[in-house]
Order: sequence, then structure tokens, then C-alpha cells
Amino acid sequence: MISFLASRLAFAGLVLLVLSAFVFFLFFVAPGDPARLLTGEKATEAQVAQVRANLGLDRPIHEQYLSFLGRTVQGDLGFSYRNQQPVTKLISNRMPATISLGIGAVLMWLALGIPIGIMSARHPGSWRDRMGQGFILVGVSFPTFVLGMALLYLLYFMPRQAGFTLFPAGGYKPFLADPLIWAWHMFLPWVTLALTTAAIYARLTRGEMLAVMGEDYIRTARAKGLSEHKVVLKHGFRSILTPLTTQLGADIAAVLGGAIVTEQVFGLQGIGSLAVQAVGNQDRPIIIGVVLLAGFFIVVANIMVDLLYVLLDPRVRNAH
Amino acid sequence: MAILEARNLNIAIPTGDGLVHAAQNVSFSVEAGELFGIAGESGSGKSVLAQAILGLLPTAEISGEIWFEGRDLLTLGPRDLQKLRGARIAMISQDPLSCLHPYYTIGSQISEAILTHKHIGKAAAKRETIEVLAKVGIAAPDERFSHYPHQFSGGMRQRVMIAMAVALNPALLIADEPTTALDVTVQAQIVELLDAMRRELGTAVMMITHDLGLLASVADHVMVMYAGNRMEIGRRSAVLAAPAHPYTAGLLASSPSNHAPGSPLTSIAGQPPSLLARPSGCAFAPRCAQVMPICSLERPPERAFADGSHSICWRESKAPAPMAPVVRQTSKQAASVATDDPIVTVRDLRFGYPSGGPFSKRAGVEILKGISLTLERGRTLGIVGESGCGKSTLARVIAGLVPASSGVIEIAGQDIAGLDAAQWHSLRKTVQLVFQDPFGSLNPRRRVGSIIGDPFRIHGVASGAERHKRVRDLMATVGLNPEHYNRFPSEFSGGQRQRIGIARALALNPSLIIYDEPVSALDVSIQAQVLNLIRALQKELGLSYLFISHDLAVVRHVSDEIAVMKEGRIVEMGDADQIYTTPQHPYTKSLLAASNPLPRLEGAS
Amino acid sequence: MTAPATDSAPAVVQRGSFELTLRRLLRDKAGLLALSFILLLVAFALGAGVVEAWTGHSAFEQYRDTGLTPTGMPVGPGAEFLFGTDGLGRDVMVRLAYGARTSLTIGVLASLIASFIGVSIGLVAGYFGGWADIVLGRTMDLVMSIPVLLCALALVSVFGPSVILSVAVIVFFSWTTIGRVIRGQVISLRQRDFVQASRSLGAGPVSIMIIDILPNLSVPIIVYTTMMIPNGIVFEATLSFLGLGIVPPAPSWGGMLAEAASNSIYLVAWWLIMIPGAILLITTLSFNILGDALRDALDPSGRPTRKRRKVSKS
Repeated sequence: MISFLASRLAFAGLVLLVLSAFVFFLFFVAPGDPARLLTGEKATEAQVAQVRANLGLDRPIHEQYLSFLGRTVQGDLGFSYRNQQPVTKLISNRMPATISLGIGAVLMWLALGIPIGIMSARHPGSWRDRMGQGFILVGVSFPTFVLGMALLYLLYFMPRQAGFTLFPAGGYKPFLADPLIWAWHMFLPWVTLALTTAAIYARLTRGEMLAVMGEDYIRTARAKGLSEHKVVLKHGFRSILTPLTTQLGADIAAVLGGAIVTEQVFGLQGIGSLAVQAVGNQDRPIIIGVVLLAGFFIVVANIMVDLLYVLLDPRVRNAH
Repeated sequence: MAILEARNLNIAIPTGDGLVHAAQNVSFSVEAGELFGIAGESGSGKSVLAQAILGLLPTAEISGEIWFEGRDLLTLGPRDLQKLRGARIAMISQDPLSCLHPYYTIGSQISEAILTHKHIGKAAAKRETIEVLAKVGIAAPDERFSHYPHQFSGGMRQRVMIAMAVALNPALLIADEPTTALDVTVQAQIVELLDAMRRELGTAVMMITHDLGLLASVADHVMVMYAGNRMEIGRRSAVLAAPAHPYTAGLLASSPSNHAPGSPLTSIAGQPPSLLARPSGCAFAPRCAQVMPICSLERPPERAFADGSHSICWRESKAPAPMAPVVRQTSKQAASVATDDPIVTVRDLRFGYPSGGPFSKRAGVEILKGISLTLERGRTLGIVGESGCGKSTLARVIAGLVPASSGVIEIAGQDIAGLDAAQWHSLRKTVQLVFQDPFGSLNPRRRVGSIIGDPFRIHGVASGAERHKRVRDLMATVGLNPEHYNRFPSEFSGGQRQRIGIARALALNPSLIIYDEPVSALDVSIQAQVLNLIRALQKELGLSYLFISHDLAVVRHVSDEIAVMKEGRIVEMGDADQIYTTPQHPYTKSLLAASNPLPRLEGAS
Repeated sequence: MTAPATDSAPAVVQRGSFELTLRRLLRDKAGLLALSFILLLVAFALGAGVVEAWTGHSAFEQYRDTGLTPTGMPVGPGAEFLFGTDGLGRDVMVRLAYGARTSLTIGVLASLIASFIGVSIGLVAGYFGGWADIVLGRTMDLVMSIPVLLCALALVSVFGPSVILSVAVIVFFSWTTIGRVIRGQVISLRQRDFVQASRSLGAGPVSIMIIDILPNLSVPIIVYTTMMIPNGIVFEATLSFLGLGIVPPAPSWGGMLAEAASNSIYLVAWWLIMIPGAILLITTLSFNILGDALRDALDPSGRPTRKRRKVSKS
């Protein structure tokens, strides 16, 4: 068990290392001189050289990478080329919107996907199953940005033309100011971000439940005289927690990336839109920072999943 | 008094291919406290019966009556059935590992059954659980209460299942192939435990099995099923010793233990029918040795006999004893003579997974601990042992599929360790393997003709029309219709698939064939056909066999010599008859004692 | 067991597996509908030039007189412009046809390449096991845990948007799905006795992988490749939507939607999102339905009918 966790931790570290190397070397080989980008078009050669030396850009690549790693570990992600603000500060300013979006979406897709999947699997072939499968198909096929735009058109613009406001067009309102207003503003973004993943969860839950419900131990549970409700939830659902957890780890990790499109559609000032703006502005420190933050998320999510695994599966727990 | 009575039970299960008629007009009754055996080969519908009784076939179309404690189970609502399940009717089945939930402790799983039906507290339920665990022979039950299923051995798990089943003192316990997944010695213990439980608690046991021998010692009544039909029912002594139905007689006759070693077995010709069709006459007619014209036209009537057994057959008298030349004394078959020309010599063979590899779960475990054996040309060496003793690994090591850790293997005088690639390639022609699972050993996506032709393709021996012809010849040799050249393996039944496997092994005229449990996945009647083929081929082609099986009776039937394996070692090796009649090693003795010999057929010996 | 059914039949009916598959596929109405739509879409994309000639509108020309209202707003669907015009007065239908070309090309191309890479790596990792498996398996885990869109953003910011980059990014992030599936299947196939049988006959690893194992992977390969196509299309559209995919003014579905979203022009011209959005949705839906239908047709035992033998009584 210890060695299992150790190997997972090592893997998490590897993910971070690979990601950091990826972005760092990507920008190193990229055309365009950062010092020039930083100083602007009008700066003289000498000024550019001065900035280059200040940033350590004249040193060998591996030294630069190591010092970059060192700074990163200390939580220093450098400064934005555009407005010289610390990247960490820019990111933390954008955190609340993205975190609100992410948490709500995760809860929504779990609350939607798992029950639909169970319902579908309990009566395979029935009309409920067909409804569930329809939801799954439409859900996995709906491109996020099309869904977001359609929702905006149907639930914001059309009611507004009719003279009332059903949902706001977007924008982030702080949770602490008024949780209701916050939720009202976040609702359409949540649906947008959650639907596809909810469909994936419904599909996963349905498939796993169907497989599990054919297991011999489910027959044992029935032969014991348990109610169907208990058979499904206590014996059936318990077994699929492990694959669900695995999937959840991967998806929580991917939320930050998925939020990009949603934030863009609803004009949320989150980390995703920060990254998109940074790409437009060639503001590399911000891109590096966001990618590393995403990597950090992934690592944390992975470790949480592994710990949950140990809790969930006695066979892992007892393996020495 | 009968506690369970089924009357004219018909069960049809809708599947993608159509309606499967799993039971047709089946009637029987189980007396309180008795052990009622239901025997039948795979596809006979015996397991479906059990699930129908428990109401676990929600989609099936069931007609007839199942009376239990004064109520017809088929008319009960789901809630009433649910109250009966576990409390009054309990069930255990074949594979105790897959039947226990892997994520809950065994204690909580048993307590759950108790708490579902009894209104007592958790602590009381735990006490009862520990009591019942002790009753079924689990040592240190209070400690084992909180262990998970994967921490138990196969036999212990089945004990846990029995504990769960008897925890509420049910009136009826349905045991569906309770010992099939277990080793012979453990099998005997489980049957003994079931027998003890029913005597102690007065629970009637309905034991469903493919193994008539298992019923021979403990059953009170026996029902024989075939293709969803009840062929025969009666007292055990009547059914097994003087069978009324030709099918029962044939089944008993196909068992190797009813034959002199080496003599041809009396097999039942043909294949079991599909349950999709309902024949107008007797389902067994196409395979019956005593078939009459009327058999395939009209449903046979039920006949009652003086000894209380009933059979469903057009014949008015009991089935005649099969024509088996049952000569029980040791008439050593003179077919194979020791030639003093070893085809295989194995000296101090060891095999283990290398330790130190951090990713190998089996690291450092030694599977074979110094095996030495010799097989003379033209003879058969049987290797017998329980699961995990290393016999299949031994087969694979000798076949060269996995390299030995140390030791010497000589095949036809050549040490296989020192071979270069070309020699190795040509040695493949000398040694062939036949596998246990006749389905798994044939590539489902390739046609039978190309499967049997593979040896020719790989060794570049014959191609085109020549290969085609040789494959067809091989198919004829093993008793397959050469016209079926273009079929896929799934279009063949289990016995036929094993013939395909044998044909492939014969293709390159090998000197040695290693059989790894070649008949253990087959039904008894089919098993006899394949064993006969194996024997006949040996005589005809002068082959040498290494024959591996867990079934002592089968091994004895085909072998000249037997090696008994246990935990990676050969504990006893010698002449087949000698091992069988005068075993020396205690393990051999316990194996012999545990195997269930069938009762001798009356009038046959 | 269905085998005996054929045994009793005196005449050998040679039911080819292809024919059986086709028959099952033709019985699946949803699958058939999806396939028809895909074929129509392919015809639409291939015939983009015909559409252009028929309407007399180029994909790039801005019809300021006919394509815009006097106040400079786009025109809705009508006789002149079947699907209306966009904010610059271009014909939406013609642009959709050319966009379909881009989407399908990128989706199909990326799926085929990703599938080839995934199958090859899955085969090698699964068959050889040991270190090959550890290295390749871990690589797959690694690629799977990389934030796709963010890294695509980083790449685009460095190399600039292009079709080749889009395909490369899609391939890089999607081969792992099929690779994992294939690896898992190969690991279980490798232990099957028929592989052992081939080994004992002296067949080499390449022969075993291609002749014995690969045919058994046809179902997952076909199904997963089909299902990767809509993912590729959506991913490309998403990139274009974020302004990182196909460079305007070249028509692409994602780009068209992005233009509609900018300035919120779609709020007054619903057809600018509803028509491309609907076509994009129906396309992905069709490929997903086709994938499901193919799975059912190729492997009828693998669907819910199997477990409890539950089939809706007809």
C-alpha cells in the first residue's frame, strides 16, 4: 500500500515536471525575443540587452530552466509582460470565478449523471433507459460553446425581448456579497460546463452498473432477501464507486481547461479567459503560470483519488 | 412431507436468438430434510430451475406451479418472495469468490442477511453470525468476522457462503454446483458439511450438479435432467445403480471409472441439442442407443417402476446395461510397450518468477520445485494434482512456452535450453500442446480451416491446395466433417472444438503431445468421445502423451504411468494401476479417497 | 450456446460475419439515419463547389448590396440566401459547405492517425508487457493527465494557428483513449490459449500480433475510431471558436460561430448560431449514434441484452 502511494506520488511529480519542461522549452524555442516583447518596439538594442541580462535570458537554457523551477517551487511565477503585475496575483484575482464555476459544475454533473445512469441501468431496454441513453448521446455530442450560446439565446435573450429577465447574460458576482445572486449568475455557466460531463458520467454509471448487476454477488444479495433498492444501492452502486472515483479525479483535473470555453462564452473573468487573453497578447509568463496551475490541480486530484482508492477497495488496502 | 413441489414447470427465457426453453414440463418434490440431487450436463436447465424457485428470473416466461410451505411461489408478489428468500429458501452457488461482495467483510454480509429478516440489534446479529461461522468450521470466527472475502481460500469461502445460507435456518437450501470450482479434497469436505448441516438443522438440500458421482454418496433422491426435460427421477439407489432411462445409463457408462483403463469408453454419440427448438418427440432421441421410430415423433409417456423411480421414455422396461466391457481387474493394456527410448527426460526442473522485479506480483514464488520425470516413446504419462500444484506450468515449461529457471529438459535427446532459433523452430514440430478450454484455444475470428492449417503456414510446410487437402484429411482423422472447413469456431460445440485443437496438434506429425486438462471443460458424455479419440490416435500414430488432469479417474484411464503432483513436487510416481490400487503417499491416498467413484452398474460387473 | 443450431441443419449455411453485421446495422433505424446524414454531409462537403456555383455566391465575397440590410445588418434565410448571410454579408450556406470540408477532413484525418498510433502502441505495450508496457502505459497516463486545451493554447500562441497544428494537437491528445482500450484487450487476449497455441507452434511475435490478435480487435478499433471523429470535429471547432484554429476568413464551423458570438450579433441574427450550431450538433450526434450502432452490430453480445438476458418482449 505504501509503495502504491509512493509510486503514485512519484508519477504526480513526473506530471508536474513534464508540464513545466513542456511550457518552458516551448517558449524557449518559440520565435520572438521575450526581452523585446517586454521592452516594446521602441526600445533600443542596449535596453533590450539590459532586460535580457536582468531576466537571465543570456544564460544557458538548462540553467534558465533550473532557476525557473526554483522560482516556481517558491511560488514565484514571474511578471506579466503586458502590465508587469505578478502572475500569481493576476491568477489569484481570477480564482473566485473559476472555482465557483468548477465546484458548481462538478456537483451538477454528479447530481445529474449518476442518477440517470443508475435509472437507465436498472431497467435496460425500458423507456426510461432509452431516455437515459438519449440524454447520454445528446450530452456527449453537444459542443460546449454551442450549448452555451444556445442557452444564452434561449434563456437570456428571448425572455428579455419578451420583456422580462429569466437569467443574466453572465458576468461574475461575488459569492459573499449575495449567494443567491451568485448562483443565479452562475447557473447557465454551470449547465454549460456540466452537461457533457454529466452525459459521460451517465454513460459510465450505466455501463458499470449493468456489468455489476450481472455479477454473482448481486444474485447472492437478492437471494438473501434484500429489497431491490438495497441490492442496487448498497451492493451494486458500492462496487462502481471505484471506477467513478477514477473518472472524477481525471475530470476535476480537467475542469480548469474545460472552463476556458465556458468563461469565454459567458464573459466570466476567470483563469480560462485570462489564458485566452494571454495567448492573444503573447504574454508568456501568464500562460506558463496557468498551465502549471492546471498541472498542480491534476496532481492534487490524482493524489486524492489514490487516497480514496485505498479507502474504497479493501483489496488495495490489504496488499502489503 | 414434501416442502417443495414443482408441478408441470415450464420455463422459457427470451434471448437475442429466440426463446430458450430451459425447462419443459418438469415436476418433482423435495421432502423435508432430505438431500435432493438434480443432475444434468451443461445446458440441461438445472440451474435455471434453482433461479426460478427463488424468483430470480424476472424476464422468463414461467408456467406451472411451485408449492413451498403451502403457497405457490409463482403466484407470490415480489415482496412476499423477497421475505422468503434468505429466510426460508437459501442458495449457494458455484464460485464462492464471485458470490461474495468484494468490498464488504464476510461478517457484515452474513449479519446483513440476518438483519434483513430478524428484528434484532446489530450486536445480536453479530453474535449469531459468529456462532454460525463456528458451526460451518471457520476457525477463530470472531476474528474472521471482519475479514474480506479475498482473505479466504476457496473452500473457506464456500463455508462462508454456507454459513450465510444456514444462518436463518431455512427450510430449503439450494446448492447450485457447490463444489465445481473447488479441488477434489475440498469438495469432499464441503459435501460432508452440507450433509452435516441438513442433519443438524433439518434443512432440505437441493443439490444441483453435473457430477453424478457427487450424488452417489449423499443424495436421497436424484432427478436427471436433459435439455430442459426431466428424464428420470427416483431414489438414489434406484437411479444410479439401475437406471431406467437410456440417458442416465449412458451418462453412467461414459464415466471412465466404469471402464477398464485403456478400454474404449461407452460414449453417448452426438451433441446436446439447442434449447431454442422444442422437438416434437423425445429430446434425447437423436443420441439414444435404444431409439425407436416413435421416439422422435411423439412426446414419451411417464413410466413408473417397482423401485419407485419414474422415467419419461417410450421403452417399457429399464434401460439395458450398456455394452461396456467392464473388466475391473488389472488387465494391463499391452498396446504400449516400454521401449526404453525416452522422448522426454526432465531432471530437477525448477521454475519460479524472478524475485526483485518490483512490478511482478508473483515475484519470488517458486512454482516447480525440482521435477524429474521420464516419458518413454509411445507411452502416456499422466500427471495429476489439484489446482495450484504447478501441473499446467510444468506443461508450459516442457512445451517451451516459458523458460525454466533451472534444470534440464531433453526432448528426443536434445536439451532444449541450448537450442538456437532455427533448432527451436523445428523442435516445435515435435512437441504439440492441446489446451483445456476448447473455446479459448481457438481464435474466434479465424476459420477452422486456417486454424488447423496454421502449423503448415508457420512452418511453411504446405500451401494452397496441398494445405487445403491436408487440413481436410486431418479433420476427417479427428472425426470432423471436412465440409465444415470454412466455419468459425463458435459454430462448433465444445467437444468438436476440442477435436479441432487435436487436429491442429496432429498437423506436423509430432512425436509428443502434451494435453493440459483436455476434457475438464467438457460434459461427461462428450468427454468420453474425446478420450476415445485420444486413445485411438495414440494407437494409430504411435504418439507419446503427457496427460495432465485434476481428475484421477480420467488420468488413470489413459495413462500407463501416473505422477502425482503437490505444491510443485512430484510426491509419487509409478505404474498407473499401482498408484490406483496401492498408493504409498498419504496425499495420493487422500486424493483417491476424495474422488467419488460412481456406483457400479448392476449387471455390468 | 447457439452452436448446435447450425449442427442440426443439414445444409451448411455460410453466414459471413460481414453480411450478418450489415444486416444488423440495416435493422438499426437510428444508426441508419445517422449514416444517411453523414453521407449527405460528405456529399455537401465534396460538392461545396457545386453549392457555390448553384447559388452563384463565393464563400469569401461580401455581398454588401444583397447580403446586408440597409442598416448593415445580416439578412435572414430567404430565397436569395438560403441560410441567410453573416455580419459581413457572406452566404452562410456556402461557407457551411466549405466549413464541412475542413471539419470532416480534420476530424477523419486526425482520428485515423490517432487510431493508427493508438493501436500500434496499445498492441506493443499489451503484447510485450514488462518494461515496454510500463514505459508506454505511463506515457499514456501522462498524456491523459495533461490539460488539453491549455496546452493547445500554449502551442498556438507559439506557432500560430494552422490546420496542421490543429490535427497534430487532436492526434496527440486522442490516441491515448484507443491506446488504453487496445492495450487492455491485448493483455487479456495475450493470455488466451489460442495465442499460446500459436506460440507453441513456433509463430513469432509479429505474426501473432497481426494474424492472431489484430482480427480480434476489429470491433474496438472500428467503434473507437468512429467515435473519435466527432471529438476531433468539436475540438477543431472549439479551437476555431477561441480564434486558435482555422485562420479567418477561411470558413470553418467554429470560426463562423465565433464570429456570430463576437459583438453578440447572433442575438439579432439567430440563424448565425442556430444553423451552424445545429449542423455541428447533428454531425457529432450522428457519428456517436453510428458508433453505438456499429458496436451493437459488430458485437451483439456486448450490449445490455447480455447480462440478465433482458430483452424487451416483443
